[in-house]
Amino acid sequence: MRVGVITFPGTLDDRDAARAVNVGGAEAVALWHADADLKSVDAVILPGGFSYGDYLRCGAISRFAPVMKLVIEAAGNGMPVLGICNGFQVLCESHLLPGALTRNSDLHFLCRDQEIEITNNTTAWTSSFAKGEKIVIPLKNGEGSFQCDDQTLAKLEGEGRVIARYVGENPNGSRNLIAGITNERGNVVGLMPHPEHAIDPLTGPSAQGLGFFTSILNAMVK
Amino acid sequence: MAIIVVDVMLKPEILDPQGNAVGSALPRLGFTFAKSVRQGKRFEIEVEGEPTAAQLAEVEKAAEVLLSNPVIENYVVRVEK
Repeated sequence: MRVGVITFPGTLDDRDAARAVNVGGAEAVALWHADADLKSVDAVILPGGFSYGDYLRCGAISRFAPVMKLVIEAAGNGMPVLGICNGFQVLCESHLLPGALTRNSDLHFLCRDQEIEITNNTTAWTSSFAKGEKIVIPLKNGEGSFQCDDQTLAKLEGEGRVIARYVGENPNGSRNLIAGITNERGNVVGLMPHPEHAIDPLTGPSAQGLGFFTSILNAMVK
Repeated sequence: MAIIVVDVMLKPEILDPQGNAVGSALPRLGFTFAKSVRQGKRFEIEVEGEPTAAQLAEVEKAAEVLLSNPVIENYVVRVEK
């Protein structure tokens, strides 16, 4: 199974994401923002970083990269897509996911190990977890506060589309402690914290992030 | 030559931590006039000659698609004389 990892100018976490894909048991395929071809991948990851320098708004310019046109089309056809951190911002700007990520409520860039609870284990990217499972993975961003209007929030909650919540104190002002959400179909997932940095206890707080990268194998087997 | 200005502001219900930080810095410097502060973005777009209605409609479209994020922001397009 081939999982594309997109590199935009300014992407930082593409190598860790590719390694996580390989450790998870799939084959990582490098995709470039200017590619006009998805190289026959079965799923796509938009990694973290500061694509296009975060100019204008985080993810606002990446959304119009040539490769994103293909990603948006493929996501519409059910291809699994995972956006982590900056990738989550790109997915929101692309309208593949509702809402937006805004400045952390205390204005500080946060970098720490964060406990989150998996609240939906039926998506393409979370099926390896138990519902209610708590994991610790790094959170590192300046614009991680998930915001949306009341109607959207009620819809997300009503349809069980919040896939992960922060445990304990709200780190960034996100509504309802939301750390990650999915689309109606469950193939597109956006997540603020970084599972790709937590696949090996040698370099991360845990290996609990690996579940996101093994889940995708289950999704394909189905 | 004219300048088309697009002002982009966070919607009133969206938390604006930057505006709040500015708002709390003002009284520390002795400026006591502000009840609250909101911070936004201003785009100045230069065009040849007087802007046409068609041009302004295009700018509106660009403001909707790129310059603002309608989920969290409002925008106003106007011509600067």
